Amino acid sequence: MPIITSIRYSFTYYNILEPARYIGLANYINLILQDDIFLISVKNTFIIAVITGPIGYILSFMFAWFINELPRWLRSLAVVIFYAPSIAGNAYFIFSIIFRGDVYGYLNSFLVRTGIINAPILWLTDPRYMMPVVVLVLLWMSMGTGFLAFVAGLKGVDQAQYEAGYVDGVRNRWQELYYITLPNMRPMLLFGAVMSITSAFSVADQTMALCGYPSTDYAAHTVVTHLFDYGYTRFDMGYASAIATLLFLTMILTNKAIQGLLKRVGT
Amino acid sequence: MRKQKIKKLQSIAHRRSPNRSRAGDAAIYLMLGLTAVIMSYPLVFALAASLKPLDELFRFPPRLLPVNPTFDNFADLVVTMGQSWVPFGRYLTNTVLITVLGTAGHLFVASMAAFVLAKYDFPGSKTFFRLVVVALMFSGYVTGIPNYLMISRLGLVDTLWSVVLPAFAAPIGLFLMKQFMESIPMALIESAKIDGASEWRIFWQIVMPNVKPAWLTLIIFSVQGLWNARAQTVIYSEAKKTLTYALQQIQAGGLARAGQAAAVTVIMMIVPIAIFILSQTQILETMASSGIKE
Repeated sequence: MPIITSIRYSFTYYNILEPARYIGLANYINLILQDDIFLISVKNTFIIAVITGPIGYILSFMFAWFINELPRWLRSLAVVIFYAPSIAGNAYFIFSIIFRGDVYGYLNSFLVRTGIINAPILWLTDPRYMMPVVVLVLLWMSMGTGFLAFVAGLKGVDQAQYEAGYVDGVRNRWQELYYITLPNMRPMLLFGAVMSITSAFSVADQTMALCGYPSTDYAAHTVVTHLFDYGYTRFDMGYASAIATLLFLTMILTNKAIQGLLKRVGT
Repeated sequence: MRKQKIKKLQSIAHRRSPNRSRAGDAAIYLMLGLTAVIMSYPLVFALAASLKPLDELFRFPPRLLPVNPTFDNFADLVVTMGQSWVPFGRYLTNTVLITVLGTAGHLFVASMAAFVLAKYDFPGSKTFFRLVVVALMFSGYVTGIPNYLMISRLGLVDTLWSVVLPAFAAPIGLFLMKQFMESIPMALIESAKIDGASEWRIFWQIVMPNVKPAWLTLIIFSVQGLWNARAQTVIYSEAKKTLTYALQQIQAGGLARAGQAAAVTVIMMIVPIAIFILSQTQILETMASSGIKE
């Protein structure tokens, strides 16, 4: 329902005060051909999605797999430690202190004292550093719902299969992973993929909190930030709906592609 | 005696599983340990910062642990709260109301829908579930605008309902509940039916008690989401704003409030983390059935 409404409004000019006016594809045409900032935001979003999506996903799986080897009490502790960053609400706020632009920022102070740099770096306002910092913070937060599904899924794999595998000549943990664990985990892997694609494409809170809104030269502007800008600051709902529709289509396509890939895992 | 002996033998036999090299185990422990330190550093940092007196917060060179830990920041925070324009209890009440109503409604809607989807075959049920999986992909921002439009058409803008109602339809709860309910054997339901139980009674007395981990998980996810809801796009009156929003205002208060800001961060993160720690086993049990089957 919300999506259909959104698609419908994307063909109109609608500012809440006046009734929606049908303007055909004009929103899309403006968006793609005229709106330079949109293109910057698309580029940023893709950089973020391509780096944090797959890496975060693989890391989640890897750590879930490692954690699964631990004894019981250590395992619970490890799950809490790894999952904490993503449930801790707005704890990424802390990074704005670590990366603060003056010498009181932890990273700057460390680098200045060790003599690597002699003037503090403006991590969060210099367009050159904003994206790497954002990517780092997102990776820190990447152990989300997918990670939980992996931990739970790994625990549920039938132990008898490992024993059978051993008898059949599986010799080390990598073979075990490839021949037994991954095929058993396919439903979880799919679920994790959906969750990580969603979060990778809808990054906005973190960039807005860390780099400001709008950020210097729009260097950390993402598609969702752009949507926020038009929808809630300029109240051009039609235009914002067009952005939402494009974003949604991209997510679905990526998802289909990833699901196709995952179907072949371990077969 | 004999039982104990067998148990002991079993535990020895299980200690080293096949296909595991000692070196590999060591590498994994090392790596997990290192990453755990990196992952928890910012959180420890936040905790440490909230316990530092103001002069230590701006000390050069900065240090991780406070020299004279104090609870002044938390005390100051209470003072600041007391001075806010709208009594602070108001924000707390708002958030609690939103959380409780939203979670209750979400649980009610999601569990009934999941029951029907998991246990009855009706035309379109597969398609409907596929839609739910697609809906998992909507982030709050993509649905934000249509949500806003619907809420405004219902005349609910600037009421707590504007946050509560959309929470009912969160797809993740329905998804998790449905996946978990699939594991209840159909025979159990049928035998209840033969014993003369109505659908309603089957739902409340047979299905719901059996999916306790699933609804606990749902409650926890829902509470986490609503507790952190800022809702700045649908609520404008100061008296209806949420706790998170108010706390973030304090947090944005600049250098003089840096200590309080750290205290706020700690308060905001401790609630969901504590809930998670308490309910970890239940959540993991639910997540085990969370996969998307083709």
